[in-house]
Amino acid sequence: MSGVFGQRTLQRRVPALLAAAFLLLLVMSAVAPALFTSADPLQTDVAAALLQPSRHHPFGTDQAGRDVFSRVLYGSRYSLVIGFGATAIALAIGLAVGAAAASMRRFGDGVLSRAIEIVMAFPEFLLALIVIAIIGPGESSLLIAVAIAVMPAYARVARVQTLVVRRAGYIEAARTLGVARTSTLLRHIIPNTLGPLLAMATMGVGTAIAAGAGLSFLGLGPKPPTPEWGLILSEGRNFLATAWWIAVFPGLVITATVIATSLLGRHLQFVSAGRRP
Amino acid sequence: MKNSEQHTSGLRRRTLFGRLGGMVLVVWGAATVGFLALRLVPGDPVDVMLGVHADVSESVRESVRADWGLADPPIMQYLAYLGRLVRGDLGTSYRLQSPVADIIGAQLVPTVALMTLALAVALVLAAGSALLARGARSRALLSMLELFAVSSPTFWTGLVLISIFGFGLGWFPVVATGGIAALVLPAVTLALPVAGIISQVFRQGLDAASALPFVDTVRARGATHARLVVRHTLRHAAANSVTLTGYIVGSLLGGSVLVETVFARPGLGRVALNAIINRDIPIVLGIIVLAAVVFSIVNLLVDLLADRIDPRLTAPAVYS
Repeated sequence: MSGVFGQRTLQRRVPALLAAAFLLLLVMSAVAPALFTSADPLQTDVAAALLQPSRHHPFGTDQAGRDVFSRVLYGSRYSLVIGFGATAIALAIGLAVGAAAASMRRFGDGVLSRAIEIVMAFPEFLLALIVIAIIGPGESSLLIAVAIAVMPAYARVARVQTLVVRRAGYIEAARTLGVARTSTLLRHIIPNTLGPLLAMATMGVGTAIAAGAGLSFLGLGPKPPTPEWGLILSEGRNFLATAWWIAVFPGLVITATVIATSLLGRHLQFVSAGRRP
Repeated sequence: MKNSEQHTSGLRRRTLFGRLGGMVLVVWGAATVGFLALRLVPGDPVDVMLGVHADVSESVRESVRADWGLADPPIMQYLAYLGRLVRGDLGTSYRLQSPVADIIGAQLVPTVALMTLALAVALVLAAGSALLARGARSRALLSMLELFAVSSPTFWTGLVLISIFGFGLGWFPVVATGGIAALVLPAVTLALPVAGIISQVFRQGLDAASALPFVDTVRARGATHARLVVRHTLRHAAANSVTLTGYIVGSLLGGSVLVETVFARPGLGRVALNAIINRDIPIVLGIIVLAAVVFSIVNLLVDLLADRIDPRLTAPAVYS
């Protein structure tokens, strides 16, 4: 029995480990892209334009002769800032809103929950687009738009988690001992709601990266020649007939990133639910 | 049991008027939040109308503002805006100087055609995979495909499909030609992530339904797997996933902005994108209101549809 369990545990852990390894590589390339490539992402070389993938240029070169591999590596910095930054902002605000809703009286909770529910009915990308429509395009708008778009999901989970934790015995004990409402919230409820939220945030990083890349693909974020994944794709769109590699490789990396965060997030969900992975 | 179900269904019908009221409230809320938010936008609408570089005197600007009612106090502008909205007038575009309703109306058909075909493709893919995935191995493969479909960004899938089926094999036109062939790749692109989501929820619903006792009864009668799924468990799964409809419509709407850009197709997504880039506030507001109306109608229909899909809500359950 235990042998079978051990094998299954290992099998379940493999995707999560692979995902973690990929994300670690991504973080490393964001911090120090020069470790992986010697090519300059902005260096143009007309003589080397639209070269096929080769040993020198693993992802080929673009219309200006820039190395696509190096552009993708340097682009991971931008995408990870959007991914982690927007998720962190959304997590912080979502936790505050959700915990506040759960601690309010029936009317306040009802109004907040209803509002969250309505906003949640729209997918993140549509919401981010609406926010950009209101605050205008630009690099910092992109971060704000993605953060606002993913926030309601965190607020909802934070609210439910807070309600669950609040019924727990140790909260009743704290209340019986006369601990004040706010300090119960800060010292007991919030720390215990964090587990499931962190699993969700791991998945959310991928969603945020994809939404950010989509917005900059539409030209609503950074401007060329910034090495940003969505922007590289949108430039590659014009050269699809002759050079598929410009658009295909950065998209593949975005997809791999989203898959990796999903797998790791699911794994953390199992762990935080108290089950063996 | 029967009584309580009838009670639930009666409650549903009684609150139909309440639901219509809720619809109006959501649309009003969207219009108001949109109006307020767009009031806070920095920049002068006159710049948008005349172009930032237009060299016009302040008196000309004043007269333009007066013409467009922009000199009135905000509360008057808001009331005038609501008044026009009630009459179905969405205002006039700053840049194109023509009614927003006309601009949206002219681009509605290509986007609705795209979204409808994409939804059909997504439903066929999701239902097909629900029928085919039986063994542990095919289910594992399917869940991998679902993860891939949900995770790959629409704008990338579109470009990959163009390279393979457009430039590579030459099966489909690369740019919008207006024909139905030009609609295939965009619709498949838009459909894939939606199919992934529906398929995931379908499968969870099917698994839950397969654990119910009636499945044994149906199997004991000698029904095939396909019949069991199509006639029985799929219905349970569908009742579950109907609640996703609002999200799916939103996915299609947001995705159409990307897909129309990838395939250089005309449509509502392009109108929205241009309005966002050019800060053409009346068009942006018009699209927000339209989205709120569509969203409310869809949710109303979903609630009414739930009764039909799940007969237990209206009649005692008889599976024969």
